[in-house]
Amino acid sequence: MQLKVNGTNRAFDGDPEMPLLWYLRDLLDLKGTKYSCGLGLCGSCTVHVEGKAVRSCQTRMGSLAGKSVVTIEALNGQHAVQKAWMEASVPQCGYCQSGQIMQAVALLKEKPKPTDQDIDAAMQGIICRCGTYQRIRTAIKAAAGVKA
Amino acid sequence: MSRVSVRTLERRTFLKYTFGTGALILGTHVDGWASDADKAAFHPSVYLGIESNGDVIVVAHRSEMGTGARSTLPMVVADFLEADWKRVRVEQAIGDEKYGSQNTDGSCSIRDFVDAMKAAGVTARLMLEQAAARQWGVPAAECAARNHEVAHAKSGRKAGFGELAPLAAKLTAPDKSALRFKPASEYRYINKNVPAAHQQDTINGKGLFGYDASMPGMLIASVEHSPVYGGKLASFDAAEAMKVAGVRAVIAIDRFKEPHNFQALGGVAVLADHTWAAMQGRRKLSVVWDAGVHASYDSDRYREQLIETAKKPGKVVAARGDVEAGLAGAAKTHEAIYTTPLLAHAPMEPPAAVAEFKDGKVVCHAATQNPQAVQETVAAAVGIDKKDVTCHVTLLGGGFGRKSKPDYVAEAAILSKKTGRPVKVVWTREDDVRHDFHHSTAAMYLRAGLDASGRPAAWLQRSVFPSINTTFGDTSGYGMEVEMGMGWNDLPYNIPNHRAENGQALHHLRIGWLRAVANVYHAFAIHSFVDELAHLAGKDPVEYSLGLLGPGRKIEVKPVGMKYWNHDQDQEKYPLDTARLRRVIETVAARSGWGRRAKGNGHGWGFAAHRSFLTYVAIATEVQVEGRAVRIPNMHICVDAGQTFHEDRVHSQMEGACVFGTSLAMLSEISVKEGKVVQSNFHNYRVARLTEAPAKVHVHLIRSDAPPAGIGEPGVPPVAPSIANAIFAATGQRIRDLPLRKGLA
Repeated sequence: MQLKVNGTNRAFDGDPEMPLLWYLRDLLDLKGTKYSCGLGLCGSCTVHVEGKAVRSCQTRMGSLAGKSVVTIEALNGQHAVQKAWMEASVPQCGYCQSGQIMQAVALLKEKPKPTDQDIDAAMQGIICRCGTYQRIRTAIKAAAGVKA
Repeated sequence: MSRVSVRTLERRTFLKYTFGTGALILGTHVDGWASDADKAAFHPSVYLGIESNGDVIVVAHRSEMGTGARSTLPMVVADFLEADWKRVRVEQAIGDEKYGSQNTDGSCSIRDFVDAMKAAGVTARLMLEQAAARQWGVPAAECAARNHEVAHAKSGRKAGFGELAPLAAKLTAPDKSALRFKPASEYRYINKNVPAAHQQDTINGKGLFGYDASMPGMLIASVEHSPVYGGKLASFDAAEAMKVAGVRAVIAIDRFKEPHNFQALGGVAVLADHTWAAMQGRRKLSVVWDAGVHASYDSDRYREQLIETAKKPGKVVAARGDVEAGLAGAAKTHEAIYTTPLLAHAPMEPPAAVAEFKDGKVVCHAATQNPQAVQETVAAAVGIDKKDVTCHVTLLGGGFGRKSKPDYVAEAAILSKKTGRPVKVVWTREDDVRHDFHHSTAAMYLRAGLDASGRPAAWLQRSVFPSINTTFGDTSGYGMEVEMGMGWNDLPYNIPNHRAENGQALHHLRIGWLRAVANVYHAFAIHSFVDELAHLAGKDPVEYSLGLLGPGRKIEVKPVGMKYWNHDQDQEKYPLDTARLRRVIETVAARSGWGRRAKGNGHGWGFAAHRSFLTYVAIATEVQVEGRAVRIPNMHICVDAGQTFHEDRVHSQMEGACVFGTSLAMLSEISVKEGKVVQSNFHNYRVARLTEAPAKVHVHLIRSDAPPAGIGEPGVPPVAPSIANAIFAATGQRIRDLPLRKGLA
């Protein structure tokens, strides 16, 4: 099967049951996408498939024929969300932050001016054990240009 | 500064980094940190080098798990060196006892090493100024370093650090008596909120954690452990696992031998070409365990036993006056029992490390808080000398104490020795939750005799919990000096008749330390109880607490049968100062609008204040309770940690502590049935999500000249009692068992 990862065409002929997460990390060496729960409970592994945020640990390779996958690496540190993250010094340990950022980017694509309720609904799926939630909210609002 | 000395060094290679010809290289030694065998030798804890091209290299010997300490310490060097931070590079040190303690734990990175950083920076600055003075034939006093160059104002001459480094390298380092330290008003990086060195990388997805580490030709291993702690492997069948594409081997790891220490648990490892294959193979394993002595462990029953023990007299650990007489003569008595469950650390990155055993030596890359413990544990596991273990430290995806315990690194080394290939061991979330070094469960009994005004004339407190020491072979059943010193034998209240006791409890799984450790349960019991007494007396809890503290004064803590731990700091330098405790309480009350807020309809405020890690913290929490749902619109936290060096990271640690504390207060619980941990992943081991965390954390930092204390942990202990007290204020319901959600009607 064929798929696109960060704009590059890729062929995959392995186990269709393999989660996208391990394909990205172990086969393509794209280590920015993180494992934390493996059950779609924490969101550390969030990437975009066809522009929508998905949990890559729950996305089987067999479901991705002809699809386009985008990971944190493709943002190149240049995305407005990443700049806002830098400005607010969001990360502590940083491990969950690629998942947080990918979810936030997808949110702003869908809702360029999110309300607090929109942020709650989109971001409550991504756990940060360091507790950076307050700054995540601040950074999303800054990136969206809405009042904090 | 008497503990610090700085010298020039000849050695040019540190880590993978080799300094060029002409570089100025300094080592800073901190007394008390050298290993006992090498006391006479000069073993620097801090390395600072200035290349002839002007690059400044600081070797950071502490791990980065989110506090920013790995960056804050080099920033202090840069500030006192008058360097340009953009030209300073932080190199992560390997594990080596010459650095002194590298165990990034106990909220002590700044406390223990900031003087060394300041001395290194000032020494190098003086040497560069002297070099410039010699070159120009002017007095050194007329030369001043600023922004990576030295200038002579009178003649207008300037020279860069790189140009001066080769000259400076030929000079003798000045005596420490010559070192002068600039005042805080001249800081350029300290407390200026410069981003930590790893911040951009983690935002870009380029931060390398233990889970991301790799070595050429490595296998990935997933290890099945006994579901009951200490169980023995009876038999296993690997046939189905070996059929999974990519699986290369299934190998048994020997069970640990008592005492446990940091040894690998033992189990059956599935090794594969990639992580998915290893995890799939593991699911196909068939393993039979001989569960052993802990198979009957039931955490509910165990909790009842802890409570029974707490009701009976225990070992006295602090005493004054006559508690029995005080209780007998009291107008009223009040008693309460508080319990807290086992907890898992659950860092977002589960434990992971890669190791290669080759020619009798081990090289590993590990997410570890304690690379020297890695050396010792790995060496013992594969039968080599610890000097032959090289431990590279990756970024840590959270630590909270879990990653001080390197059993997972030992697993990687053992498997590498058995396979002859590098092996990366990756724990799943299920492994992490079930086979953690769990935070101890505890029961506390408190009883007070109150006078007519509702003030305690007598106070008795008993704490019972399986000690961390049980993991290290202690069978006495009592807590150790460290645990007693965490909010138990150092009650700051001015009560004439007081006794603190500790009852016996034995362990049934691995007990370890988690962020704020024994303070978590001790603070919950004591500050909940104070709140109960305040309400019984019909007094405002803040006012009542200030009354119990009495006038601001330094209390000499004198426990019974042990010394006061005080984080191994003398009480002269780091006294228990109730004036500072009063100040954080008064500040948090003023800033939160305490006492001026409307109550009722499920809405209320709660308060708690606690000194831990030599730092004073007060919290005021607002809750909105609707049925079993608790929202926390606001949490105000005031902290006095003495001098700080990165105010933004102090703020972020306090924000994080409020969330971490909310998790353990409201949500988290490990329970055990038939010796097996019930929880497995974030659906049943719950930690606070964005919508469950305090919506707004307001950090109020006291700027202080007191010696630096600690930041990583002390924000946590007051959170749980402040929430429990707020729920009482909101609903009239007193919940004495964590997690609080279970007690909500």
